[in-house]
Amino acid sequence: MRRAVPVAVAVLALAFPALADPHPDARRIVAIGGAVTEFIYAMGQQDRLVARDTTSYMPPEAMALPDVGYMRQLSAEGVLSVRPDLVIAEEGAGPPETVALLKSSGIPYEEIPTGASPGGVMAKAEAVAAVLAAPDPGVVAALKADLGAAAAAAASVDQPLRVLFALSLQGGRVLASGKGTEAEAIIEMAGGQNAVTGFEGYKPLTDEAVIAAAPDVILMMDRGDGVIDLEAQRAELLGLPAIASTPAGKAGRVVRMNGLYLLGFGPRTGKAALDLHRALYGDG
Amino acid sequence: MVAIPEPLPRIEGSRAHLGRRAVLALALLTAVIALLSLGYGAAGTDAARTLWAVLTGAGGDATDRIVMLQIRLPRMVAGLAVGASLAVAGALMQGLFRNPLADPGLLGVSAGASLGAISAIVLGAALPAAMQAVLGWSLVPIAAFIGGWLAMLVLYGIATRSGRTSVATMLLAGIALAALISAFSGIVIYKADDDQLRDLTFWGMGSLAGARWTKLAAAGPIMALAMAASLRLARGLNALALGEAVALHVGADVQRVKRTAILAAAALAGSAVALSGGIGFIGIVAPHLLRLVIGPDHRFLLPASALFGGALLVAADIISRTLIAPAELPIGILTAMIGGPFFLWLLLSNRRVIDA
Repeated sequence: MRRAVPVAVAVLALAFPALADPHPDARRIVAIGGAVTEFIYAMGQQDRLVARDTTSYMPPEAMALPDVGYMRQLSAEGVLSVRPDLVIAEEGAGPPETVALLKSSGIPYEEIPTGASPGGVMAKAEAVAAVLAAPDPGVVAALKADLGAAAAAAASVDQPLRVLFALSLQGGRVLASGKGTEAEAIIEMAGGQNAVTGFEGYKPLTDEAVIAAAPDVILMMDRGDGVIDLEAQRAELLGLPAIASTPAGKAGRVVRMNGLYLLGFGPRTGKAALDLHRALYGDG
Repeated sequence: MVAIPEPLPRIEGSRAHLGRRAVLALALLTAVIALLSLGYGAAGTDAARTLWAVLTGAGGDATDRIVMLQIRLPRMVAGLAVGASLAVAGALMQGLFRNPLADPGLLGVSAGASLGAISAIVLGAALPAAMQAVLGWSLVPIAAFIGGWLAMLVLYGIATRSGRTSVATMLLAGIALAALISAFSGIVIYKADDDQLRDLTFWGMGSLAGARWTKLAAAGPIMALAMAASLRLARGLNALALGEAVALHVGADVQRVKRTAILAAAALAGSAVALSGGIGFIGIVAPHLLRLVIGPDHRFLLPASALFGGALLVAADIISRTLIAPAELPIGILTAMIGGPFFLWLLLSNRRVIDA
């Protein structure tokens, strides 16, 4: 009987994702997770923030807040040290010991659901808005409209392009996004098709696998910090024999987008999907 | 021929005096550092005031109470226990292998514990939800401990023939076994997703941030038992230092000493890794430095290592949690950054002794 309780709790938790409680009076908020922080800024509630985690570097103003550590490696004392009256954390924050301690400390801890999909990013937006309990300056509605426009644009594509997302080029080897990645999700939202489906996550591709993937377009991140010489990297990429023999290599089609914009699944995701769609298909 | 130094009693006499004083001084140092550690941390909680409020039942600020009782105190205890365990496990291995560079890694403990932890982090999500709910966050420590222990048992089995453990076989087989286990870890790591890879990286760098009373209650008895067994090995290890043949002649039960040292070191290192992840260098630096100061007599070396290891780790933890507060620097980075150069200096300044 005693074992049945955790099972029942687990089943309930799966069936009914926890609804976020509103905290209109919270004035000392710690935001954990890049997208959560971006939503809070987009909704104009940044004055209520006192700290952020390492993954929260957008918008750039957020960098001025104290950093309580990487979101999966939080220190309980670090979070408590900023004397928060509310912690808003994206799902996956941890380690579990720290989260359990924070929850037991009496400070409200709100977990924001996450997911690399239009539904996932909408749920995230609605949960953040609900927790902040402040007038939303149209962020949720705008996101919904953008996602709708992207979906309509994607639906109009007859012949989806095969897109290979290259996270990096490690010594001439392409680190590509497989199934279940944020990159695959945004490619599909833009009306493309992930060229690499043989594995999950981000893994290095062999030359033969690159040729077999036969991408029409290669998508890469632009960190926008000027550290990587984009032209040199493009030349290196197109100079790889395996890449050169693919349709993308022959046509020289390399698309670059800012990493967090493309893969952040925050307030700008609908626009990112639309931008990617335009970059792929070149229409309005 | 093993040459037994002629004026042995007199040297032992003078060093024993030194050893006893060193243990006392280290006990004092450890206590001071442990108390100091209660006063440092991101939250700026006043240790004395908060503890006074708790003791007198005056209540006080709720956050301060949590910081003191649920964060800093268990961290201090974990730092002392893990540091002491690592240092004593190192001292035991160095005595057993008669080599100043030996550590419990030679027993396959580190490789086995890593495989256990990596498997738990990557494959734990595939366990039934009910099992996850019961095990909770103790899954990784338990898997690490079992992994380390299993690797050691396999190695001990390989190296033991007709009731005699060959230390040389253990050393060589340990290298092969560690390579094999690392290969298995590689397979599991290849299956890991990005988040799990991050978790793995952080686990390997070690931290005392996860110290909780429940974990300490689980690991404490194992550590205490192994520590007690270790301290009783002092005379046996001293005899072993003269070589196995001589040790047998002076009446030491060599096989019993070996078995106890191996089991105790694996238990100490296994629980330490389970509590805190990968923390390097304490097991080598602490005993080695003490050997230079108080000599190789295990009657003093073992307790002094325990105290010094605990003091070193708690001191490193103070730095780890204040240097980039409110975030934390993984403690394994600090022990390696302090331990590495220190060890090099030790080597360079003692070249004549080491080459001899």
